[in-house]
Amino acid sequence: MNLPALVLLMPLVGFLAALAIPRRLPQNSRAWALAVSLLTFVQSVILAVRFDRGLAGEQLTLDLPWIASPDIHFAISVNGVSLWLVLLSTFLTPLCVLISWRSIQSRVKEFYAFLLLLECGLIGVFLAQDLFLFYVFWEVSLVPMYFLIGIWGHERRIYAAVKFFLYTMAGSVLMLVAIIYLYNRTQTFSYNAILDMLASGKLAFAPGEGMLLFLAFFVAFAIKVPLFPLHTWLPDAHVEAPSAGSIMLASVMLKMGTYGILHFCLPLFPSAARTCAPWIAVLAIIGIVYGALVAMVQPNMKKLVAYSSVSHLGFVVLGIFSFQQMGLDGAVYQMLNHGVSTGALFLLVGLLYERRHSLEIADYGGVATAAPWLSTAFLVTTLASIGLPMLNNFVGEFLVLQGSAIANYTWTIYASIGVILSACYMLWLYQRVFYGEAGQQVRSHVGDMGPREWAAVVPLIVMMVWMGVYSQSFLPSIGKTTARVLDQTQINVGFRVEARPNRAPTTPEVARAR
Amino acid sequence: MPASFTSAADLIRLLPEIILTVMGTFLMVLDPILHKRSSRAFGHLSILALAGGIGGSVYAYAHAGPAFGGMLMVDGFATFFRVLVMVVGILTVLPSYRFLNRQDAETSEYHALLLFSIAGQCLMAAANELIIVFIGLEISSIASYVLAGYLRDDKRANEASLKYFLLGSFATAFFLYGVALIYGSTGSVNLIAVRAAISGQNAPEPVFLGLAAALMFVGLGFKVSAAPFQIWAPDVYQGAPTPVAAFLSAGPKAAAFAVFLRIFMTAFEPIGGGWEPLVWISALLSMTIGNFAALLQSNVKRMLAYSSIAHAGYVLVALTARSETGTAAAMFYLAAYALMNIGAFAVVSHLSGRGERYQNIDDLAGLGQKQPLTAAMLAIFLLSLIGVPLTGGFFGKFYIFKAALDSHLYWLAVLGLLNSAVAAYYYLRILVMMYMHEPGEAVEAVEPLSLGLRAALILPAMGTLFLGIFPAWVLDFAGKSAALVK
Repeated sequence: MNLPALVLLMPLVGFLAALAIPRRLPQNSRAWALAVSLLTFVQSVILAVRFDRGLAGEQLTLDLPWIASPDIHFAISVNGVSLWLVLLSTFLTPLCVLISWRSIQSRVKEFYAFLLLLECGLIGVFLAQDLFLFYVFWEVSLVPMYFLIGIWGHERRIYAAVKFFLYTMAGSVLMLVAIIYLYNRTQTFSYNAILDMLASGKLAFAPGEGMLLFLAFFVAFAIKVPLFPLHTWLPDAHVEAPSAGSIMLASVMLKMGTYGILHFCLPLFPSAARTCAPWIAVLAIIGIVYGALVAMVQPNMKKLVAYSSVSHLGFVVLGIFSFQQMGLDGAVYQMLNHGVSTGALFLLVGLLYERRHSLEIADYGGVATAAPWLSTAFLVTTLASIGLPMLNNFVGEFLVLQGSAIANYTWTIYASIGVILSACYMLWLYQRVFYGEAGQQVRSHVGDMGPREWAAVVPLIVMMVWMGVYSQSFLPSIGKTTARVLDQTQINVGFRVEARPNRAPTTPEVARAR
Repeated sequence: MPASFTSAADLIRLLPEIILTVMGTFLMVLDPILHKRSSRAFGHLSILALAGGIGGSVYAYAHAGPAFGGMLMVDGFATFFRVLVMVVGILTVLPSYRFLNRQDAETSEYHALLLFSIAGQCLMAAANELIIVFIGLEISSIASYVLAGYLRDDKRANEASLKYFLLGSFATAFFLYGVALIYGSTGSVNLIAVRAAISGQNAPEPVFLGLAAALMFVGLGFKVSAAPFQIWAPDVYQGAPTPVAAFLSAGPKAAAFAVFLRIFMTAFEPIGGGWEPLVWISALLSMTIGNFAALLQSNVKRMLAYSSIAHAGYVLVALTARSETGTAAAMFYLAAYALMNIGAFAVVSHLSGRGERYQNIDDLAGLGQKQPLTAAMLAIFLLSLIGVPLTGGFFGKFYIFKAALDSHLYWLAVLGLLNSAVAAYYYLRILVMMYMHEPGEAVEAVEPLSLGLRAALILPAMGTLFLGIFPAWVLDFAGKSAALVK
């Protein structure tokens, strides 16, 4: 059987079976979710092994007709970028199951069922090669997350859940209009067929038309990323979601937006994307600095991490719209890094919350004496998050900044402020929470990690070090795919970037009228 | 007229109406014979009649063609709507067992009236002559006026019935006025003949045609509760017994849309450019008024009423597209809408309790914990009403807006889809209530699901999902039938 399909369907089957588990046996639900998510992870590892990293294009394609008229296919495949995002989703889901083991005590069956459905939706978004199918997964993944936030979240969960749903919905209906419009123009939903038409010149957009379509797609993605000023749903959703929800939301769901920009927006509407690039880059830089500044003054840990996400995702968008090989590589790598390190931050904050039942930074202090190992794990994650060399974020940020420097040096200068600020807010957070005198509440409630928690934390730490030290495991296949995207963005542009062998990365791009 | 006016084929093509009318009359006779304790038999018999009617209309479709000298046109289009309104009928009867029992109102009239109303709607679906349309409309409407006031000791039901009756007859008069104008200016009431007269050399004055089309639009716009003729809908839906409200929101609406589509896509198609702006505005108004007013409601039935106004607006978008894809999209949407809406109403009728006390959104609090199955089914209906993929509602919207974009109605499509994002908010309120609040008084008092209710929830839910995952079956049929005989 087709491997991507297997990875996609496993959680779906798991979800359906989880619905059949009796409500009075919550332990079975937990065990089942863990088993299914681990099995899915194993499958996705096999997928990664079978994936030929030397090739740039889509691999392991599966294309089944679904609906005859209009012509909609169940078409999925993997490329060098989506592979890692799928792996990220399948890697994090078992960890989410583990850390929810004790913290979720009400309606356990539904919780794990929704978690598996969410996993399926997310994987589907990354695999879909049919625009319609993509939209289906895009919307379907919304529903379980809505319930995860709304049912198991904190005090203002309902407000956050509804806001999250409406924001995404409003953006995605515009994308639906654009998708239908594309279909009416091309008579196909197949993404690859549309790309072929673009490449062969059979399909060309008038400038205004291309721009509107680009914006329709881009706004939907930008809301999800979230790009400043469309980010206001994110702090609410993150803060109110249960730990597992925050992790999946920050680590994977936000990547739906950046992946969408990279995979759909750029190749489909290269000229519009290039026209908008300076504006978007400015918004990304505002997001980087603004997110960091706002994170600095947050009294709430989760909110702080949420705003740091706005800042980090700004780097990703900046990297993408640098239109440089390095920038794109860095953007994709940063997507994965953010998934691992911010996922770990939310996880550890969740562990603290489980012990002390508070997210306020002021309620902590001196945790390092009470829970030394937890503090160590948090420190490693903090350092990873601020981009210390040898840890993962450094590689990504470096590549993004390098790429944006080639495109526009001013961007890099402003974006680098974000790196400095991230060190400020993260280290300050660490200082306030872990150092100092341990209060009565902290001493009596905060203990160190148990084996189950170790099992959830260690894989993340390992990944942070691995991705920081040996990025060669990941970057070549990413680079192949981003190079292809870059190549596609040069089709249909008013000019062609001259490809010169051994082009030194620091020389400015040479543009020449066609 | 030829001597052999009525042939066997004519009767076959009228089979569903015959079955329903005979059973309706039989039920009325049966009332005094069957004592109250066996009143469930009424429901069984109506379901039997409706199932027979569905079989009859399929059989009639096998002998498709015009009947009674072209007064009726039994084609795929007619069959689609006949089957649809009868399915709606079955889904209305199923929750009615428990409902009528709870209100101590089990009589055969309820079922007889329901069958008559459905017979009228079947007639509307197959009507090919304006007079037949009118007759069907009246049969259907008069029965539904009575049904709306069926709980005669209930003040709100009386108000609903009276309001529905007064405004409804007013609207029918408008329609009839339009028919008269058409007859006066073209000399015919047959849709095909009217079309020929309009597009021929000696076309009548455009003023008359425009006036006639506008008057019919008013009459039919009322029946489908399209803005600006929607004022009656919230009061009537709120006041009418819940299963009846469910029926009114699905059955008569589908039939009226069938007539709408048939008249405007056959007889008035040649002057399409003239009425398109009218429908455009009405579509936008219906969607916007419906959705924004629904945001403010606290009564579930009232909210569903406003939502049904908005959904009428979506169907009007398909009509505005003025194409076969548009017609097919409207057909598909009406089917999906009927299933999801009637399912949602069935949950309300299940919860409302004796005297329909519990009708507020707050009363749904905690349903997800108390009755997970009911809540899950309602969640499916609501997600479908929002238009989340893998549900019939999503595909319906998708096809409608695709048809609109096909016809270059970009603004209408964008505004319509943004409208559907607004709509998500009020449907989410119900989901929030069900799943994210602790059970309240109403939910604590809820009875276990009866067999009829279980069927009334599970069947439409399965239908909704089926339309969402395998839309091709229904859509193919709709696409084939959308080319109306002209």
